Amino acid sequence: MAKTLFEKIWDAHLVKALPDGTFLIYIDRIFLHERTGSIALQSLAEAGRKVRHPERVFCTMDHIVDTFPGRGDDTVMPSGKNFIQATRKEAKAAGITLFDIGDDRQGIAHVISPEMGIVQPGITLVCPDSHTCTQGAMGAAAWGIGSSEAEHAMATQTLRINKPKLMRVVFEGELGAGVTAKDMILHLIGQYGANGGAGYAIEFAGSAVENLSIEGRLTLCNMAVEFAAFTGLVAPDQKTYDYLEGRTYAPKGKDWDEALTYWQSLVTESDAAFDKEIVINASDIEPTVTWGTSPQHAAGISQSVPALESLASDDARTAAQRALDYQGLASGDALAGLKIDNAFIGSCTNARIEDLRSAASILKGRKVAAGIKAICVPGSQQVKAAAEREGLDKIFEAAGFEWRESGCSMCFFAGGEHFGAQERVLSTSNRNFESRQGPGTRTHLASPATVAASAINGVITDPRTFTEVN
Amino acid sequence: MDPFIRHTGVSAPLLRINIDTDAIIPSREMRLVSKKGLGEGLFASWRYVLPDSREPNPDFVLNKPEYANTTIILGGNNFGCGSSREHAVWALAEYGIRAIIAPGFGAIFYQNCVRNGILPVVLDNETVQSLAAEVEENPQVHQLTIDLEQQTVTSFSGAQAKFEIEAGHKEMLLKGLDSIGLTLTFEDDISRFEQADGAKRHWL
Ligand code: SF4
Repeated sequence: MAKTLFEKIWDAHLVKALPDGTFLIYIDRIFLHERTGSIALQSLAEAGRKVRHPERVFCTMDHIVDTFPGRGDDTVMPSGKNFIQATRKEAKAAGITLFDIGDDRQGIAHVISPEMGIVQPGITLVCPDSHTCTQGAMGAAAWGIGSSEAEHAMATQTLRINKPKLMRVVFEGELGAGVTAKDMILHLIGQYGANGGAGYAIEFAGSAVENLSIEGRLTLCNMAVEFAAFTGLVAPDQKTYDYLEGRTYAPKGKDWDEALTYWQSLVTESDAAFDKEIVINASDIEPTVTWGTSPQHAAGISQSVPALESLASDDARTAAQRALDYQGLASGDALAGLKIDNAFIGSCTNARIEDLRSAASILKGRKVAAGIKAICVPGSQQVKAAAEREGLDKIFEAAGFEWRESGCSMCFFAGGEHFGAQERVLSTSNRNFESRQGPGTRTHLASPATVAASAINGVITDPRTFTEVN
Repeated sequence: MDPFIRHTGVSAPLLRINIDTDAIIPSREMRLVSKKGLGEGLFASWRYVLPDSREPNPDFVLNKPEYANTTIILGGNNFGCGSSREHAVWALAEYGIRAIIAPGFGAIFYQNCVRNGILPVVLDNETVQSLAAEVEENPQVHQLTIDLEQQTVTSFSGAQAKFEIEAGHKEMLLKGLDSIGLTLTFEDDISRFEQADGAKRHWL
């Protein structure tokens, strides 16, 4: 039977169909971070269990670590230091690879894993973090798990899971100028709802996806989980191979040739069946911004906050009303022109080098509007170094942005650094939930270009009004 | 993990419905990099006079002398609903709870119980109420006995109720296997897979 990409990966990792209807699936690589990895490693050790293949387990410091220059183990997150030090101790004892503070490979898990070639086409990769789906952009099956499952994966190199349904989301045609992968995924979730992908592994396909760079595909897949999907993935192609070649953990020499032959077989066959298919015309997509507190509260930048009567269900209307109250907005308010207080460029969604270049191309020779707190947190130390080699740090700083060390930073709030209550933040991250970036903070999600343009004007701004955008 | 075969113990009724995981372990009690040290925070909002104090609230059932050494909870419907935090089950286990009997459970909580050696027993509301009534007369003496092999709950007076449990869950609890232990019973399959796959994708 003709198979989809996901089915090929699934079948290649099936250890056993279990009597209870679940499947024992082999896990190739495991990524941990200090917030949940510490507990998983420690409790595994306490149970007297060993990590089955330490060489297949990688760990970073991203969630809790400070992003201030000159950082050490101390963090502004209450008891954060305990997590950092416990992770270091447990990682050493378990013999896994740790990308520690001060290591120039450190960064956000989903940024550094592709960057080092840890995630590769056709592998299964899990991490106790919901945005692990990002890494599906490399043609892998990568998904987020809980802390106990991480222990299970480390001890047995397998997980017992149910088989997800299959969906294909096809973006046909060409994106307009100034429209990015972030706008594509916000548009999709805005159209089909934050629950639209529940239970599915989603293959993103179509000419607009093929035309995206690898970094753009990572951004696209990053928010599959905000669509409630099990994961998202993109079939590997020449861009994927070119991106991977020469990276630290990518195969070399003869291995590379053999791997490449295998990877080339990882495509969805033309007559393979999906349980569901969505087709979107890429040229319909505008730079997209969220107005509410769910990623489905998204609209094109030329639009206004929708009338509640236009929403499909009572539940949706109630949620939207609550969101508007929280965000201090009303139906009919235009998105463009909304005054913002903060601009955040960072996170596993949009803090790779192309994201920073895109923002910098707008910021160059300009300054953020008076009173705007603007922060740029590169997704990894390698991204940061690359940006500095190109002089982007100077552009950000001259524009009035803080330039940080890499980490999750203010993408999420867990007691540490945060934006102020009732302050509006335009953010390149992926969650606009209530209090996600600080108690009472009002988050709007957008692309790096939109955030940069808006920071300059002090109000939400269509990045296409800056002619430099390419 | 301790196997659960047959257990007799003091049972405490906490019959209100929808006791969520935040009531079982408030998030402010989840301070440590550990599954341990959570027992003290169990039901903290109800168990102590003030949120952050450790002064027992004498009105809370587990603080009453007649319920000393409780190992079984008689709960209301939808017990353990809410946030997926496994800390709720870790806290119950550390406190010494071996089983919870309720008309229904939060789905993730139920899984977490099995995974951590706590037996979740589903019995209809009427049966739970009548077990609670008998227990309350003299908690230290009117203990309940749960037999997992037979799938029965027997009260001190001899009243018996049968319960259902999925075969896989029953096996895990009877053998004291956590899900890792259960998966490791497929060690041969995993090793065979690794050998075959290692030959195919040797670059990994
Ligand atoms: S950057 Fe944000 S979304 Fe991404 S892993 Fe970190 S906290 Fe999660």
